[in-house]
Amino acid sequence: MSEQLAGRAPVLGRMLRGLVSPKIVGIIGLLTAVCLYTALASDNFLRVNNVENIVHRTALFGILSIGVAFVIITGGIDLSIGSVVCLVGVLLPWLLVEHGWSVPAGVGFVLALGAVIGLVHGLLVTRLGLQPFVVTLCGLLIYRGVARGLTQDQSQGFGTAFKGLRSLATARFPIFGDGGFQLPATTLIFLVIAVLAAVFLNRTVWGRYLLALGCNEQAARYSGIDTGRMKLLAYVISSTLAALGGMLFVLDINAAQPSDFGNFYELYAIAAAVLGGCSLRGGEGSILGLLVGSALMVVLSNMINLVHPRYQNVEFAIIGGVILAGVIADELVRRVSRRRPAA
Amino acid sequence: MSSAVVPLVEVRGISKRFPGVRALEQVSLSATPGEVLALIGENGAGKSTLLKILAGVQPPDAGEILVDGRPVRFRGVEDALARGIALIHQELNLADNLDLAGNIFLGREPRRAGLLRRAKMHREAATWLGMVGLDLDPATPLVDLPIGRQQLVEIAKALSTNARLLIMDEPTSSLSVHETETLFDVVRDLRRRGVSVIWISHRLGEVRKLADRVEVLRDGRNAGGIADRADIDHDRMIRMMVGRDIDRLARRPSHSPGATVLAVKGLRTPAHPAHAVSLEVRAGEIVGIAGLVGAGRTELLTTIFGITPAAAGEVWLGGQAVTLRSPLAAIRAGIALVPEDRKQQGLVLEMAVRENMSLVTLWPESRAGFIDGQAERRLAAEMIPALAIKTPGDRQAVQFLSGGNQQKVVIAKWLAMKPKVLLLDEPTRGIDVGAKAEIYDLIHRLAGSGLAVLFVSSEMEEILSLSDRALVMHEGRLAGGLDRGDLTEENVMRLAAGGPLGRMSA
Repeated sequence: MSEQLAGRAPVLGRMLRGLVSPKIVGIIGLLTAVCLYTALASDNFLRVNNVENIVHRTALFGILSIGVAFVIITGGIDLSIGSVVCLVGVLLPWLLVEHGWSVPAGVGFVLALGAVIGLVHGLLVTRLGLQPFVVTLCGLLIYRGVARGLTQDQSQGFGTAFKGLRSLATARFPIFGDGGFQLPATTLIFLVIAVLAAVFLNRTVWGRYLLALGCNEQAARYSGIDTGRMKLLAYVISSTLAALGGMLFVLDINAAQPSDFGNFYELYAIAAAVLGGCSLRGGEGSILGLLVGSALMVVLSNMINLVHPRYQNVEFAIIGGVILAGVIADELVRRVSRRRPAA
Repeated sequence: MSSAVVPLVEVRGISKRFPGVRALEQVSLSATPGEVLALIGENGAGKSTLLKILAGVQPPDAGEILVDGRPVRFRGVEDALARGIALIHQELNLADNLDLAGNIFLGREPRRAGLLRRAKMHREAATWLGMVGLDLDPATPLVDLPIGRQQLVEIAKALSTNARLLIMDEPTSSLSVHETETLFDVVRDLRRRGVSVIWISHRLGEVRKLADRVEVLRDGRNAGGIADRADIDHDRMIRMMVGRDIDRLARRPSHSPGATVLAVKGLRTPAHPAHAVSLEVRAGEIVGIAGLVGAGRTELLTTIFGITPAAAGEVWLGGQAVTLRSPLAAIRAGIALVPEDRKQQGLVLEMAVRENMSLVTLWPESRAGFIDGQAERRLAAEMIPALAIKTPGDRQAVQFLSGGNQQKVVIAKWLAMKPKVLLLDEPTRGIDVGAKAEIYDLIHRLAGSGLAVLFVSSEMEEILSLSDRALVMHEGRLAGGLDRGDLTEENVMRLAAGGPLGRMSA
């Protein structure tokens, strides 16, 4: 890829550079390997329904992952995502069905709630100087507790109502004609968010500020960047996208059990972000990597269901093992490529 | 070496390669007991590699190391320590949370049945501390000591391992003038006791004062030495280091500064709220601030720049008061700060040269928040040749540039905003002689174009040669100002130590 290409079309240049970075190549390789293995071991993997389902779930988890990536880039962490998903997931049907709120009011409320949650996290981290891990860990406990308390721990759903709203998550577009692959609406929503996030991160001043402060917060501050406000923004993005994700999850499934809805989703999101090239030390992250990372998480789970149904109980262990292997391989590659002269 | 004394340590024909780089090529060096050998050379000349090999951190590819005339092989730092060779790093390796005794015996604590023998440890620690002139309770927490004294603790720690050769890598780079003098005394005392010291420094004034002998490295090879104390001379060392003549730090020709640009009125920093500081810098003027480490010089600059909140006082810029609320407010008013710690405060090391250069001007150059990539490339294309920055391209991550070039990138970042006042904190710390001269030249040119320059330096030569006028700080207050005619090392030292001037000019 030449200077000229990057010069004429910076977006394209940047994306291509992102594509060829060794980290992305590694994760794409891993995804391809898992796909190949599953396709060979199970006839069901490449069936239209299954592929649709994978694409759909990748989109849902990808939305959460993009959110948490912004926080990870600043060197922070957001452990509250799964509980925000749960709180929004039970609140939306609870408000609409039990309390008869209008659709715009309910949707607006849950999204605003997400933003406010992020704002509170961000203020506690930047103004009070609390550790992100602690703040969002408390959030994890609080929001789930609130969700269970509000609903008396009763499952919430839409029943047969709100078909229109639910189509946000359930609609399929037959892009290859009838009977062929149908594109899930969630994928469209995800793609829009991914493009916006990539543009924001790579092309705007604020994205650059986030990356700079993630690498070296002090140097960013000495360059006149309001690092506190930028970090605040990252937490707001993370929780708002978690709320959007929670909404789409409940619209899709049509029922949310407060005790386990969204359980461990923060860890899926963080794992996907780390697999996709975000360093937990901050300052790194590519949206394309997040997409692939999210897809890998979903395909792994799918592989276990299709190929090794006996091992469903150890699904977490298998996923954990594969991620660990990926991260170890990544670290080894990084060490070899970093061997530069010390003189 | 002329006598028949067996060298304590000798290396012969040492070579070391790293992928793509020949770090050392057939280098030889020796140190006899009780001598101070200065090892000098520009950055990248191979000094660090050589001392790492001497201290057992890295093995050489070829060549041999002899201790007491017998060949040895170091498999690690422990092997070198066992032979009495200790390396004192530029960045201190001490544990802030431990007391002095705990630091000195870290990893080698006297113990019985797994329990620490505190009394024994403290008794012995007091002895070692006494050797370096520290008359302190070994139970003092390390954090309570200023950095100069921490350095002495590190030396005591090395001595406690029965070190016979101390290798000191730029030991004075973060010390004040006064602390440096104390360290010199300690080193002279060690020399009397027969301990050898290899002293690595960019500060040639120190070398002249302290060294018995000088060895010069250039491009990974021996580039000569000066065997006789009397022959150690500034110009000669520079010639050997760079392989050509360099103009000595030439003073600026006399000139008349313009109108007052920066006026600081009754500024109190949180570090020294009892003292109000007032000063003025005029257009085209270079004002140096000297003083001991801890005298409040850095705090003065960071307060003017809005990083540290001011306790009281005002900063005026060209007749307008600046709000001292944030760096952004200072930047908008036209103030730039090249901070003390290049890697922590000045640069985002992982980012490209051009991304670092544009960081300050990113917002004003943007369109509705979108980065103007063309403006960014234009800035880099303008700054790289203007400041003679050596880099393979504007996309190179700054962490791979040398110290001097990194510092130029920091300066470029600030020049991009076209400041009215340039504040610099230790502008050439850890930078080799060649790049130093270039940075001085650059500062001269900037002042010549009407910029008001205010800089802090712990290096006497820098204060003396770069300043049109110097201010000396002592414990948070301005102890005095020295115009060109009174600007001598002696006067600076007196004011810095809190003493009166023999003869005040104004």
